[in-house]
Amino acid sequence: MAQTYRLQDRGRVDLERPIDFTFNGKRYRGYAGDTVASALLANGIHLVGRSFKYHRPRGILGAGAEEPNALLQVESGPRTLPNVRATQAELYDGMAVTSVNAWPGPDTDVGAVNQLFAKLFPAGFYYKTFMWPGKAWPYYEKVIRHAAGLGKAPTDPDPDFYDKRYAHCDVLVAGGGPAGLAAALTAARSGARVVLADENPEFGGSLLSARETIDGKPAIDWVQATLDELRGHPEVRILPRTIVFGYYDHNWIDLLESRTDHLSRKPDDRPRQRMWKVRAQEVVLATGAIERPLVFVDNDRPGIMLASAARSYVNRYGVKPGNRCVLVTNNDGAYQAALDMQDAGIEIAAAIDVRAEATGPFTERAKQAGIRILPNHGVAAVDGAKRVRAIKAQPLAADGERLTGASRKIACDFVASSGGWNPTVHLFSQSRGKLRFDAETAAFVPDRSVQRARSAGCCQGTWGLMGCLKDGLAAGAEAAKAAGFPDTKAGSTPKASDDGFLPARWLWTVPGEQPVGHKGKHFVDYQNDVTAADLLLAIREGYTSIEHVKRYTTTGMATDQGKTSNVNALGIVSQARGLPIPEIGTTTFRPPYTPVTFGAWGGRDVGDLFDAERHSPMHAWHVRAGAAFENVGLWKRPWYYPIGNESMHDAVQRESKATRDSVGILDATTLGRIDVQGPDAVEFLNRVYTNGWKTLKPGMARYGLMLGEDGMVMDDGVTACLRENHYLMHTTSGGAGDVLAHLEEYLQTEWPELRVYLTTVTEQYATAALAGPNARKLLQEVTDIDLSPEAFPFMTFREGTVAGVPARVFRISFSGDLSFEINVHADHGLHMWQTLMSVGEKYDITPYGTETMHVLRAEKGFIIVGQETDGTVTPIDLGMDKLCSSKKDFIGKRSLARPDMLDPQRKQFVGLLPDDPEEVLEEGAQLVEVLKDAPPMDMVGHVSSSYMSPNLGRSFALALVEGGLHKHGQKVFAPMPGGKTIACTITNPVFFDPEGERLRA
Amino acid sequence: MLLIPCPYCGARTENEFAYGGEAHKVRPEHPEEVSDEAWADYLFLQKNTNGTYYERWVHAHGCRRWFNLVRDTLTNQVHGAYKIEEEPPKVDETTYV
Repeated sequence: MAQTYRLQDRGRVDLERPIDFTFNGKRYRGYAGDTVASALLANGIHLVGRSFKYHRPRGILGAGAEEPNALLQVESGPRTLPNVRATQAELYDGMAVTSVNAWPGPDTDVGAVNQLFAKLFPAGFYYKTFMWPGKAWPYYEKVIRHAAGLGKAPTDPDPDFYDKRYAHCDVLVAGGGPAGLAAALTAARSGARVVLADENPEFGGSLLSARETIDGKPAIDWVQATLDELRGHPEVRILPRTIVFGYYDHNWIDLLESRTDHLSRKPDDRPRQRMWKVRAQEVVLATGAIERPLVFVDNDRPGIMLASAARSYVNRYGVKPGNRCVLVTNNDGAYQAALDMQDAGIEIAAAIDVRAEATGPFTERAKQAGIRILPNHGVAAVDGAKRVRAIKAQPLAADGERLTGASRKIACDFVASSGGWNPTVHLFSQSRGKLRFDAETAAFVPDRSVQRARSAGCCQGTWGLMGCLKDGLAAGAEAAKAAGFPDTKAGSTPKASDDGFLPARWLWTVPGEQPVGHKGKHFVDYQNDVTAADLLLAIREGYTSIEHVKRYTTTGMATDQGKTSNVNALGIVSQARGLPIPEIGTTTFRPPYTPVTFGAWGGRDVGDLFDAERHSPMHAWHVRAGAAFENVGLWKRPWYYPIGNESMHDAVQRESKATRDSVGILDATTLGRIDVQGPDAVEFLNRVYTNGWKTLKPGMARYGLMLGEDGMVMDDGVTACLRENHYLMHTTSGGAGDVLAHLEEYLQTEWPELRVYLTTVTEQYATAALAGPNARKLLQEVTDIDLSPEAFPFMTFREGTVAGVPARVFRISFSGDLSFEINVHADHGLHMWQTLMSVGEKYDITPYGTETMHVLRAEKGFIIVGQETDGTVTPIDLGMDKLCSSKKDFIGKRSLARPDMLDPQRKQFVGLLPDDPEEVLEEGAQLVEVLKDAPPMDMVGHVSSSYMSPNLGRSFALALVEGGLHKHGQKVFAPMPGGKTIACTITNPVFFDPEGERLRA
Repeated sequence: MLLIPCPYCGARTENEFAYGGEAHKVRPEHPEEVSDEAWADYLFLQKNTNGTYYERWVHAHGCRRWFNLVRDTLTNQVHGAYKIEEEPPKVDETTYV
C-alpha cells in the first residue's frame, strides 16, 4: 500500500496520521488532510469513473469545486451520497468510495460500447431519434436513464439529522482566501459583526496551494496570524467547511456547513449538515477564480488535469500527479505550476504553448529553469485511453486554425492544461449583479452590483496576490463603513508578489491532426459530454442564441453548472459565428453554487415536525376509541370509528344508520369561529354575506353564504347574534384562516370607516354535535336549558349549563336530523364529551366521524364548500339564488350579473341516482349525455360526492351538470375506465326528509 | 427573500407577509352601476408594471395589518412603505421596457 507518488518534503497533510480507505473495494492509504482525489493520486490512480453519455474513461481534472469528472459514490446503504466531488471530499478512516456510471468498474465498463457508436450520439440526438412513436417514449426513457447518468440516490431513510440556523451580520465574507481574510480583518477591526465562510476545512484559499511569501514570510504564516486576530474579535463568526451557495434578494444568503461528513465516526448528537440563512447588511465576495481547461483533441483522457490542480496536489497535498508532465498552455501564468512541479522533482517533458511567442515573467523563469518550450504549437493527438501516455505536438498554422509542419511525440504520464482563468462570479451573478466581458483576460468580471455587495480579489479580476490583499482590505473597510461602522481605513498592504497570468492567446479550439469532430473529441463540458463538434453542429442547425445552444447541447447544464466549460463554449460559438463574445451573450448563474442535499433543505422540518397538527380537546378520547383520522386543514379529525375488524364502509354504514335511528355524536370543534363586534357589525355582515342580517335578533342564528369578489362561493356557515352588535360567525373547518384574512382585508382596505372588530375564537371552544331522534331526550338529562320545540326552536341558541359547565347550545343541523351543537370552553370539552357518552349509553349513542357526517349531509343535499364547489361555482349554480339579496350590495354580487354567470348551460348542482342501487359512483367521475364507443365524448358534468346510504337503502350522489337545474328526471352516463358505463338519473339533490320535518322536530 | 419594512412593526422577512397585488385600486362604491367592462377591469386586470410599482402587502404572520409598498419589480429595490390611509412617498419612478 505504498503511496508511490507521495512527496515527503512538502504538503499540508499529516504524515503522522495515515488513513485507510477503499476505492471500488480495494484498500488504499492516505493521510489526514487528504481529499479522496489527492489520496487516489498519491496511489497513482487517475482513472476514477466513466463519463455521462459516452462512458469515456475519466480522471481527476481539478482540485476543488470545479471538478466535473471525479464524481464518486461515498459509502453505501442509507448514508450513501452520490456524485461527491472527490476533490472536495475529505478523507476519513474507513471511508468507502466507488465509481459512478461504470459497471462493473471504470477499468472494464460495459457501457463503454457507447463510444463505438459515438457518431450516433451528436447534440440533440435524443430529440431527433426518440420522437416517435410518441407512446414509446416511456420505454426509451427507461433505457436511456439506465445507460446514462451518474450516482445512485439512497433508497433507505436518512439516519442523520440536519440543522437550520438563521443569523444576521453586518458584513458577510464569502471565501477565506487572501482577499476574503483581508476583508474580514478590516471589517472586524471596525467592530462589525462578521461572518467569514469558506468551503475548505482550512482557511487560506489559493495560499494553501502556493509557495508565495507575504511580508517575506511564508504566506501561510500570514493566514495563521490573520485567523488568530479574527478569533480575538468576539463579533466574528468563522465557518470552515461552509459553502456560500445561494445569494438572494436583499442580501439574503444561504450557506451550507458540513458538520460530520469528514468524520469517521458520526456522532449521534451532531447534525450532519447545517444550513445557515443569513441576512447580511453588507457582503464581500471573495470567491476566487477557476482555471479553464484548453479544448484540444481527447483532452478528457485520465491524467490530463488543470495546471492549477496539479500545482495544488504538489504544494498542498504533497502528491505528484505523475513523474513526467507536459504542460499545455495559452498563458504565462501556467508556468508557475510547471516551476513548482519541477521543484518537487517532476520532470517537465515539454511545454506546448499555443502562443505565437512564449513570453512573460513565469515563461522566462521556466526557460531559465531549462524547461523545453514549444511556442506556437498545438496538440495533434493524445495517446492512451485510460491514462495519457504521450502527447503529439505540432506547429500551428499562422491563423491558428490548423496544424502544419512536423509533429513530435512526447512521452508523459500526465498533462497540465491551462486555458486562462474565470473569476468565480457565480454569487455575484446570483445577486443579479451585471457582468462585463474583459477582453484582455477573456473573462466575465463583475460590473455593477445591484445589492449591497462588492467583489474583491480574483473574483473581480484582480490577479496578483498583493492586489488581492489590497482589494480585500479595502472591501472589508468599505463594507463595514457602509454598514455604519467607523472608517478603519484599509491600512498598508503587506508585501507580496503581484503577477497575473498574462500574456495569453485566446485560441478557443486548439486544432488537432483532423478537423474538429473527426477522430477524437474536443471536450468542452466534461460532465455532460459536450464537445466542440456538438456546439458547431448546433450552430449549423440554426441555433444562434447561446441560451438555445446551451439547451440543445446541454453544455454547462450539468451539476457543475459549467464552472470549467461556460466561457470555452462561448468562445467557440463566438469564433464560429464571427462575433465578439459580449454579443454572444452570457449565461446566468443560479443557486446553488454546488449541489445541496435534500436533508439540509428539510432541516428539522421532517417527521412529526414536518407540519403542525391541530387537535381538538377530545382528541385523546378519539385515539382511545380507535378512530381513523383524516386531515382537514391542519386538523386531525376522526374520520370513522371502526369496531373490531370493521371496514370503513361497514363503519360508516353503521354510524349513519345509528344516528338516524337513535342518536350520534360528532366532534365539531374544528369549525372556524370568528367573534364579530362593533356598532357596524350587522352592516359588515350584510356586505360580506349574500343574504340579509338586519332582522336577526339576539338568540337567533342564520345560515350565510360568502362569495369572493368574483362571485364564486368561498365559504358558508351559521352566524349567531349573541347580543346587539355582537355576532359569532362559524366558518368551514378548513376555511377559517382564509375567511378571517378576507374579512380583515375588506375592513382595512375598502371599508376602514366601519367600526367592526374581528377576533378568532376557534381555539376557545369545544363543540359536540348531537344528532338523531333521541338527541333531545339525551341532552335534556344533562342540561338546565328547556329543549322543548316551543322554547327552543330551530335556528336559535340558548345559554345555560351542560354536564355542569357553562355552555351555549345551538339548534342547528348539518345532518338534517334533530340536532344540538353544544359549545363549551375548550378546557371543558373532554368532560362534556365523556358525560354525553356515558349518559347516552342507554340510547346507544354512536360517535361518528367526518365520513358519516358527509353521508348524512349529502342525503339532505347540503353542500360542502370545496367538495361541491371548486372556485368556479356560483350560488346560482347551486340553486341558492334565493339566498342572494336583491336589496343590498355584497361582495361578489356585481360579478353574478356578468354575462357568463347567467349562461343557462353552466354546470349546476343536482342529485344523481344510479340505475343500479348497489353501484356507488366514483367521486370525480365525468358525466356524458351521449354515449359513444370510445372517447372523446362531450362531458356535461362530474360527480362531486357519492355514497352508499343505509337510510335511503341505496347508492346516491351529488353532481354538477350543465343546465342541471332543469334536467331533473333526465339520464346521464358515467363511462368508467375498462368500458363499464354507469347510467344515472338526475334528481333533486335533497334525498332525505325533503320537508324538513325531522330537522324541525 | 425580500426584507419588507412593515410600517407598524419594522423590517421583517418576506415570509411573514402575503402579497395583495396592485395598490390604490378602489372598489367601486356602487358596483351595480359599473359596466361589465369596467367591472372586469377592476376584478381581473392589474398594471403589473415592470419597474416602480405601488402594491399591497399584509403582515400576515405579524400585526396582520395591510399597507402599501413601493417596489421596483425588476430590481426588488424597496422605495418605501406607507399605511393604507397615507399618501405614497415621492419616488423617481422607473419603467423598464
